[in-house]
Amino acid sequence: MADKTFVCRCEDVTKHDVEEAVSLGHRDLESVKRYTGLGTGLCQGKQCVALSARLVSELSGQRVRLPITPRPLLHPTKLAHLARLLDGDDE
Amino acid sequence: MSERVDTVIIGGGIMGLAIAWNLAKLGQERIVVLEKSYLTSGASGRNGGGVRAQWSSDVNVRLMKRSLALCGEFATEMRINVWFRRGGYLFLARDEARVKSLSKAVDIQREHGLATRMIEPSEAKQLVPELDSSRFVAASFNGDDGVVFPWPFVWGYARAAQKLGVVIRTHTAVSALVTEGARVRGVVTESGETIHAERVLVCAGAWSPEITRMVGVELPSHPHRHEICSTEPLKPFLGPLIGDLSDGLYFSQSARGEIVGGISNEQVPPGIDQRSSARFLGLYAGALTRVMPILGEVKVLRQWAGCYDLTPDKSPLIGEVDEAPGLYLASGFVGHGFMMAPVMGELYAKYLVRGEEGELFDRWNLRRYREGRMLDESMILG
Repeated sequence: MADKTFVCRCEDVTKHDVEEAVSLGHRDLESVKRYTGLGTGLCQGKQCVALSARLVSELSGQRVRLPITPRPLLHPTKLAHLARLLDGDDE
Repeated sequence: MSERVDTVIIGGGIMGLAIAWNLAKLGQERIVVLEKSYLTSGASGRNGGGVRAQWSSDVNVRLMKRSLALCGEFATEMRINVWFRRGGYLFLARDEARVKSLSKAVDIQREHGLATRMIEPSEAKQLVPELDSSRFVAASFNGDDGVVFPWPFVWGYARAAQKLGVVIRTHTAVSALVTEGARVRGVVTESGETIHAERVLVCAGAWSPEITRMVGVELPSHPHRHEICSTEPLKPFLGPLIGDLSDGLYFSQSARGEIVGGISNEQVPPGIDQRSSARFLGLYAGALTRVMPILGEVKVLRQWAGCYDLTPDKSPLIGEVDEAPGLYLASGFVGHGFMMAPVMGELYAKYLVRGEEGELFDRWNLRRYREGRMLDESMILG
């Protein structure tokens, strides 16, 4: 794969970025996510987590035991809709 | 296996790392930082990144003024981009009582040379045209406050500390403290390794009470879950971080373009709990879209949670524990440890190495609770 291969298309994280993160000592997926920002964009890792787990595992020689912690929401949701979540409560 | 060092720091969050780096800078050697998970796994990687000098107590204004200055130098000194953006902090006041308390705080801040001032809703609307200015009667504004991106801040300290010889061990939990009579002499890790030390610093945030309990010291602080969420990135439009002390709502636009914010929520599960809730989204989205209706069209991408280390008097716990000499605290920062860390790291090192800042370390010592000397700080967000 060339340097300009994208691992995370939402946040423009390349294979080179991941290699750099691992070479700086980030050996687990959570740390690599935080160093590169992969998985924090629109798809929230749905598209990139498997590929990045494989990459980190290959580069670090360590087995990636867990995917990144999945964060709610399942889908991007408008604040106006969320604002009605507590309708009926006395707040 | 057993080793001997001078200082063991429990907790690889920003507080522990800032203290470690500052100690090393003052020439201290043999410093080990033990982190039970990965760096940025706790509150240091989960906070909103706000850094402000707008506080209500003299001591917090003094310290945070220094912390802000250190944030300004951080990128150059540490050679890492922390996305520090000085857009200011705008605190909204909904009623006259809040106007009064904010005005009092502004007077204190101005005595310290800050540019904070009370402004009318019309001026706030010039700063942030999207605000519904019918929802507040005045606001305080300091254009020098700002926000940072928390993660690189943590790595900056870690990398700089390592360069000066500090050993950082991640995925290394402490299971016991080594004692000699009442005195604390080191730690035992989960893997059974003993590390003897002249002093042990507890910088474990919301986990701090668990650590001190190992030698029978009960802290007055307890974990309190705080949730945050982040939206899709938008073109930069929002200058200041906006805070409302009446419901604890705060939000800002990160340098990445996302709207990041949170709100107070009293109804949280006890203990360490980092799960997210739908109730938080409802509370936050409701308050946010009332004060800035146009944000209703913006989508939330993700939410997460971290834990405040909450003390009854909203003030930290620092210095040596009387009941356990050799054991030092840097905890109880009530959700504001991140912004306090740059200055606390500096002062803690000066205190330990040169014996300076005695007054501060006495004021915020744990013994104030035994002596009934409670402090006060009214400008807590979240």
